[in-house]
Amino acid sequence: MKAVFNFLSQPQISFTMTIILFIVAIQKMEFFASKKFGWILLFGTLAFFGWGMTDSVFFGTMSWPDNIPIGILIAIVLWSTWFSLHKGVENDKRIAAGEPPLEGTPENREKVWAWPNLVYTELFAIIACTIFLVAWAIIFKAPLEEPANPTWAPNPAKAPWYFLGLQEMLVYFDPWMAGVVLPVLIIVGLVAIPYLDINPKGNGYYTFRERKFAISSFLFGWLVLWIFLIIVGTFLRGPNWTFYGPFEFWDHHKVVAENNINLSEIFWIKLFNTGLPKNIFLREIAGILLSVGYLFGSIPLITKFWGKRYLEGMGKVRYYLMIILMLTMFSLPIKMYLRWLINLKYIIFMPEFELNI
Amino acid sequence: MSVGRQKLNRREFFGWLSIGWITFSATCAGFASLVFRYLYPNVVFEPPMDFIAGFPSEYEEGVDERWKNGFGVWIYKNEGTLVAMSNICTHLGCVPNWLPAERKFKCPCHGSGYYPNGINFEGPAPRPLERYKVSLSADGKIIVDKSKVYRYEKGEWGNPGSFINV
Repeated sequence: MKAVFNFLSQPQISFTMTIILFIVAIQKMEFFASKKFGWILLFGTLAFFGWGMTDSVFFGTMSWPDNIPIGILIAIVLWSTWFSLHKGVENDKRIAAGEPPLEGTPENREKVWAWPNLVYTELFAIIACTIFLVAWAIIFKAPLEEPANPTWAPNPAKAPWYFLGLQEMLVYFDPWMAGVVLPVLIIVGLVAIPYLDINPKGNGYYTFRERKFAISSFLFGWLVLWIFLIIVGTFLRGPNWTFYGPFEFWDHHKVVAENNINLSEIFWIKLFNTGLPKNIFLREIAGILLSVGYLFGSIPLITKFWGKRYLEGMGKVRYYLMIILMLTMFSLPIKMYLRWLINLKYIIFMPEFELNI
Repeated sequence: MSVGRQKLNRREFFGWLSIGWITFSATCAGFASLVFRYLYPNVVFEPPMDFIAGFPSEYEEGVDERWKNGFGVWIYKNEGTLVAMSNICTHLGCVPNWLPAERKFKCPCHGSGYYPNGINFEGPAPRPLERYKVSLSADGKIIVDKSKVYRYEKGEWGNPGSFINV
């Protein structure tokens, strides 16, 4: 049983399963946002963790002071995602039946005073938070280590938990891409959402069906590409950043056969049986064509087969910005799969200009 | 016009205005320079850029870790040549570990792997470990100079100074 979980949690398999589960959940949201599934989720998670805690390795990983916040994070993320979608689906049913959404009913539109209604709640929230933090500080010692040494690094060397998604991205990308370009685009994209998404529906009330595309593309980036990667980076990466299953002992000598090659080597050496050309741009021609084709050449195709509706609804500028942001977002899973399937290291590899994609 | 108050004329007004602005700017610049100075440490404890690494005969074939903790340098001796390798991963600058059993360097941050000669073969590292200048002193000891770097992808590993024959 533990071996099965170790096998399933390998990044290739668990990432694929997460994507499939995500797509199914978007399609069958009526079921996934129901109270029934909420209970299944709660008891399933509790049962899994309760059973897992009997294993010493699993218990050790989960109860390590650094990792406890991520355990709490998983619970909060699961809860708030399910709760908001549950509310949204309930409202969708009401709207389909011709009623106003729950937040729009006359008794819910009644106004109340900030004092005492809001301020009291805030006061209790402050007190509860303080008690929680004080208790936390007393129970768990700060995971301090020895003074920094520029010639030595802990093994594994992990970033703070909120950056572990980025650290996981860095496994597949050059630091210039995963450390600068993609994070900047993530922030720019999040800032741009209110300007790109001009759908007025869902304003002041929960809904899923009226904002299906917006909600699912956000949740894909958030749950699959960020939370999932944080979980992998936190619980499933061990010494030498090697992958370890949740019930697998951190054996420092675990050897993973991996020999990564660049696209230029696949293209020229494997495909054409010649050496790499001396000219840098000729050498990387396949990667350059693929990247440019992916980022720009694919846009007319996407528009033709999928995006017409959005192009008309959003206007050209918004539409093309959205497509480019979406393509950048999907470049992460694509690069991950290329690494897993054909051991690809870099699509464009120009260390001469520090440009590796 | 009230008694005892004299109206400034235009020239005097601009005179006082200039003095005010100059004083204000000078004060701001002074504070800014203090802040700027504060950003630089008073004392820097950095290992020296060059050091003497003993006689070549003291090293066995393969990777030697004796200077790693003090100077961040691996000495690699192979088939009559000796090189000094940087211990900084070319991916994001972590410090890889030498794994004697697996005969490779492995970075703990993102899993980049290098052969004993410093060539990258797994993980995201885009290029091999950099090499430092090595030379022999008059009494036959190795001098490692970290201020001069030789990079493989620029074809510098064959340059004189990037290795010594032993």
